[in-house]
Amino acid sequence: MFENLSTRLQDIFNRLSGKGRLSEADVDAALREVRLALLEADVNFRVVKDLIARVRERAVGAEVMKSLTPAQMVIKIVHEELIATLGEPRKLNLSGTPPHVIMLAGLQGSGKTTTAAKLALKLRQSGQRPLLVAADTRRPAAITQLEVLGRQLDIPVHSEGDKVPPPRICANAVDRARKGAYSVVILDTGGRLHIDDEMMRELEDIVRRVSPSEVLLVADAMTGQDAVRVAEEFNRRVPLTGLILTKVDGDARGGAALSIRAVTSVPIMYLGVGEKTDALEPFQPERLASRILGMGDVLTLIERAEAAFDQEQARKMEQKLRTATFDLEDFLEQMQQLKKMGPLHQLLEMMPGFSGIKSQLPEDLTEKQMKRVEAIIRSMTPEERRDPRIINGSRKRRIARGSGATVSEVNQLLNQFRQMQQLMKQMSAGRGIGGFFGRFGL
Amino acid sequence: MIFQRTNRLQDSLTRTRQSFFGRIAGLFSGGDITEETWEALEALLIAADVGVATTIELVDALREQVAREHIRHADEAQDLLKQQMVALLQAKTRRYLEGDGRPLSVVLVVGVNGSGKTTSIAKLARYHQSRGDKVLLAAGDTFRAAAIDQLAVWAKRLGVELVAHQQGSDPGAVLYDAIDAAQARGANVLIADTAGRLHTKHNLMQELKKIHHVAARRLPGAPHETILVLDATTGQNGLAQARTFSEAVPVTGLFLAKLDGTAKGGIVFAVARELGIPILFVGTGEHAEDIAEFDAVQFVDGLFR
Ligand SMILES: Nc1nc2c(ncn2[C@@H]2O[C@H](COP(=O)(O)OP(=O)(O)OP(=O)(O)O)[C@@H](O)[C@H]2O)c(=O)[nH]1
Ligand SMILES: Nc1nc2c(ncn2[C@@H]2O[C@H](COP(=O)(O)OP(=O)(O)O)[C@@H](O)[C@H]2O)c(=O)[nH]1
Ligand SMILES: [Mg+2]
Ligand SMILES: [Mg+2]
Repeated sequence: MFENLSTRLQDIFNRLSGKGRLSEADVDAALREVRLALLEADVNFRVVKDLIARVRERAVGAEVMKSLTPAQMVIKIVHEELIATLGEPRKLNLSGTPPHVIMLAGLQGSGKTTTAAKLALKLRQSGQRPLLVAADTRRPAAITQLEVLGRQLDIPVHSEGDKVPPPRICANAVDRARKGAYSVVILDTGGRLHIDDEMMRELEDIVRRVSPSEVLLVADAMTGQDAVRVAEEFNRRVPLTGLILTKVDGDARGGAALSIRAVTSVPIMYLGVGEKTDALEPFQPERLASRILGMGDVLTLIERAEAAFDQEQARKMEQKLRTATFDLEDFLEQMQQLKKMGPLHQLLEMMPGFSGIKSQLPEDLTEKQMKRVEAIIRSMTPEERRDPRIINGSRKRRIARGSGATVSEVNQLLNQFRQMQQLMKQMSAGRGIGGFFGRFGL
Repeated sequence: MIFQRTNRLQDSLTRTRQSFFGRIAGLFSGGDITEETWEALEALLIAADVGVATTIELVDALREQVAREHIRHADEAQDLLKQQMVALLQAKTRRYLEGDGRPLSVVLVVGVNGSGKTTSIAKLARYHQSRGDKVLLAAGDTFRAAAIDQLAVWAKRLGVELVAHQQGSDPGAVLYDAIDAAQARGANVLIADTAGRLHTKHNLMQELKKIHHVAARRLPGAPHETILVLDATTGQNGLAQARTFSEAVPVTGLFLAKLDGTAKGGIVFAVARELGIPILFVGTGEHAEDIAEFDAVQFVDGLFR
């Protein structure tokens, strides 16, 4: 239903004025589209209203920068305003005398237990001695869940079964940490509804007894308009010190984070990007802002591309991507450039319309695999690279021998490449990257 | 026991009356239709996660009808909108496990991480028990830490049998064995849990296809229901979830969980409109009793409270 925001904006400005200053009519027309995009991203409608008002104030009469089109100029202002609202990332507060207590709280199923394990791992990697605390005594097997994760990571878990009230468990855990020289205590509390008074009182109790230095709201990136109400209520009951947004590995735009930040001023700290315990990333305002706008990380991508490519090369690559004539030869050629720009996954993630492709690539397409892929392609003849369809059984065996890979690895690469090509065709036929890059002259 | 559920639903849907929506709803009592009426209606729908596209469509259709039928009162307009919304949800209604009477019905439960699948399975099990069915559960989430234990606790609480393998084992094999067990033990309903998966993960969606396929191969016609559990707190992503899950496996119905919060679950209108998937049940709490058969009129009323 909704096209890419940048495409729509471009259309508007094509109809409207030329360059120069942004007129009121231009800006209003553009902001109608921005409003839609933000609502589609689940930004709360009241937050959207405020944001639009702020952008409007800045944009009307603004001089369009030489290097930009009016559409880009509006995007730039919106993007800046989103970044400003999202705020700066912040590190966990580990000042003062240990043990530092970190409490996780949130709705049911938001990702608290998994995040507790992720944080514990991260903290241990930075030299801390974490203790995990099983303070969800209500959900069936919640304690076991944390214990299993603790065992996997070899991080101790404090649990007292499901009969002891959580505030007491937490207090005992902090005592144990003090005696056992644990430096950080991470409290995994049970999921609860913000309107469940009794359960919210339990959180207040815990805070009263162990005075956490961090009280982090764990919220699902898929949360809709209700996110503000949830966050406001949690913040009212146990002042929050930070927000962790989970399940960002999906395709939800994550407007909830912006809403929560806007109404509570609580800083966003980390993003959960997978079910595994190492899938926790620091929050980067620019990336999240682009994601919420539905532009992938196009702005970062433009910057990075500019740094790594010369203009000519960039145009060539864009052309190939657009016409889906990108072959293995190009793939190899670009691989060097790609390496300069960062991991492939991250790159695809940043391109509008490409998040679908990203999810269809194997999860672990790592640098090491890139090297393997490179070796396989290098063992192909130029004709084979240009037209992989000619690669028959005996050619496959030769390539495998030459690259030290197995035939099935060669097959796998060819399959994946074919899929990728098909997807590129689909993308460029639709409203993906082609239109965007073309219009922005990258 | 199951009957108190209606009140629970009513309760949870009334809860928000006092707040924001209450104020908006106030606009409709008495009064003529003004530009404010339309704005308030739109705001109400957007705030309920109905989504921009569906909201525009609903409100535009209403505007037309209002003009055509010379309607002047705001509350009349609101009633018409409600009727429209109910009709949208009822267009595809269907009874859960329609054409009952087969010896064994298999219900496969799917959804994204943390949406409420396992708990909803406990609720469905209770629902079947109250109708005299013999229920068996299959611990098909072999991935998440202690997911098997979680379902085992429910099985014990409910007094139903559970088929489970080790963590990390093949979920298809669990389901296969569970169908065997259900037949051998004379169970007439088998409900299978699955690991939560984001719809964007290609590999995991392939795995789900395989699970579905295994059931069909072991018992022709199975699974008889493939239920997508959607968290009512979910915003616009709910549509992508429903779309992608039903591309992978034929989703036969929705279970809308966590409707006891303040979120309205309005994304189901877009799901109904685009995909025509019926909503079968709603979840209104963390207990096995907190389940209600979906009632479109009640649901839409809840949105306007
Ligand atoms: N308030 C409320 N909580 C619910 C409801 N349904 C489930 N929950 C809670 O939501 C959390 C997640 O539920 P689960 O049943 O474990 O969800 P799941 O989809 O099986 O989760 P994974 O298997 O981890 O993906 C638990 O804390 C449940 O108690 C509901 O209708 N209302
Ligand atoms: N894909 C994905 N799944 C997550 C993430 N964080 C948590 N989960 C999953 O979401 C579900 C609920 O998580 P859990 O930690 O049990 O949530 P809790 O109920 O808040 O403690 C589980 O299936 C987790 O594996 C994430 O960042 N990405
Ligand atoms: Mg938990
Ligand atoms: Mg589960």
